[in-house]
Amino acid sequence: MSAKPRQVLVGGMPMPGRAESVVKAVFLTVICALVIVPFIGVISTSLASPDEVIRAGGFVLFPKDGLDFSAYRSILSGGTVTEALLVSAFITLVGTAIALTLTCTLGWALSRRGTVGNKPLLLLVLISLLFNPGLIPTYLVVQQFGLLDSLWAVILPVSISAFNVIVVRAYFIGLPAAVFDSAQIDGASEWRTFWHIGLPLSKAVVAVVGLFYGVSYWNSFFGALLYLNDSSKWPLQLVLRTYVVNGVEIGAQDLGAASEALPPQTSIQMAILMISVVPILCVYPFIQRHFAKGVLTGAVKG
Amino acid sequence: MTAFLQRLRRDYPVLLLAIPGMLVICAFQYYPLWGNVIAFQDYQPYLGVGKSLWNGVENFGVVVNGDPEFVNAVKNTLILTAIQTVIVFPAPIVVALVLHSLLSNRIRQFVQTVIYLPHFMSWVIVVAVFQQMLGGTGMINNWLRSHGYDPIHVIGNVDAFRALLTSQVMWKDTGWATILFLAVLSQIDRSLYEASAVDGAGRWRQTWHITLPGLKPIIILLLILKLGDSLTVGFEQIILQQQAVGVDASEVLDTYVYNNGILGGDWGVSAAVGLVKSVVALVLVLAANKLAHRLGEEGVYRG
Repeated sequence: MSAKPRQVLVGGMPMPGRAESVVKAVFLTVICALVIVPFIGVISTSLASPDEVIRAGGFVLFPKDGLDFSAYRSILSGGTVTEALLVSAFITLVGTAIALTLTCTLGWALSRRGTVGNKPLLLLVLISLLFNPGLIPTYLVVQQFGLLDSLWAVILPVSISAFNVIVVRAYFIGLPAAVFDSAQIDGASEWRTFWHIGLPLSKAVVAVVGLFYGVSYWNSFFGALLYLNDSSKWPLQLVLRTYVVNGVEIGAQDLGAASEALPPQTSIQMAILMISVVPILCVYPFIQRHFAKGVLTGAVKG
Repeated sequence: MTAFLQRLRRDYPVLLLAIPGMLVICAFQYYPLWGNVIAFQDYQPYLGVGKSLWNGVENFGVVVNGDPEFVNAVKNTLILTAIQTVIVFPAPIVVALVLHSLLSNRIRQFVQTVIYLPHFMSWVIVVAVFQQMLGGTGMINNWLRSHGYDPIHVIGNVDAFRALLTSQVMWKDTGWATILFLAVLSQIDRSLYEASAVDGAGRWRQTWHITLPGLKPIIILLLILKLGDSLTVGFEQIILQQQAVGVDASEVLDTYVYNNGILGGDWGVSAAVGLVKSVVALVLVLAANKLAHRLGEEGVYRG
């Protein structure tokens, strides 16, 4: 047998051949472009000058005439879109605060194994993961509680996710129990142990769970469609559906900018789209830093 | 009894902390179950549950006798689930394998950051973006027209609807779905690769004999979970686009319940369909879990 040259291994695998590297590079470039290009198109069109948008027949990928913020000015000058933005901000902030409070307190209580009622309560939470009460029964309950046409109907029914409770509970259980025991021997109440020791040690998981609640409240669409008839209470997602997906013409009276000449519809639509995307883009780096961890603990322990 | 009271005295602060969360779970997860009684009523909203007349199992006739609209919804649901299992499910596995084989951590992290992003966009945004790309005056058709080609008709085209739904789901969630696979891939023992390389295995053989077998448990688990979820498919996504293509091509079980019940006022029948769906889904979840245990997997719960 002739002696072969010693193979170079990376992570136990031979080095990739040239052809393989090229195929992979093309493949990854294409899938990244599929995500990035549409967003660039949306941003560019929302910022392109009215003339350029009209000349391009609606869609601009690379604006050449310089940037024009009139579409943003017109939607943020106090009309329907501005109101919807405020509604969405309210739902997201209040909803996330409530959801985090409910999730962390329940997760903490369930993490105190051996206390009275711990097992039955945990079982109730776990069983609720297995079924969905259904659209019509949930609607009837929201109606019975008198929440129709109220923003609370969008917030409360989804203000606790059993899955997140389990994730938070698993995190609390993973903390060293000795810390809590010694605090309680020193006379700290349950609440103080939770608030001053348990929570500060769990910032990472609280941040991840909070960001997930925040994103889902910001994105909530069907709850609002189902429970809110009064269009003055609509969040941004419903406005987006009306004016962008369904293509309803947006007029000056909707924007509260009656005197100004309106930018082209496409620019306005893309600007509405952008202001619903931007908050997600802003929190994304923070989620991204944590989520592999958060998702995994959930998937493994859930 | 006194022992219990003593424990209660000791533990009541813990219970107090549990109360708010449990109340919400009971109010919106368990309490709504009573609402299913209207499946057995000729429910009229102005009469309410208390005064509406009972009509036995009449509402279930739609399911039992196979009402054409109901059958259509079942058919569409199952077809979409099948497509999503065959086409959408394997996509992230391919992407994860490619990402896993990269030598550069920085490139891998960059690609991950980009492809996870669409998962965090709402369905409204995804549908709007697709319209802007593929619509009549969208980016692709503008380009085609300006280069002298015929525009393609995708948005609002009944025949292309399933392809459109599928590509939207893939755009939104393929990247995100790679997370689990990548996590499992990073757990595979490196020494297996080294040993096989010494024995002369190339990269393809290593992938086929080491990497894919390493992924098998998670693939089986995810497929089983999908089985439990197979009657639920693309509700918000379809509601948003139903107008353009009509009910025949787009109605699934969840939209049927919404359209006929809440919009159409046929509350009893829709509640009956929803109830049947919930029960079948629960049976599927339990069966899927049983199957998972039988195959030696963790499953969703132990029981």
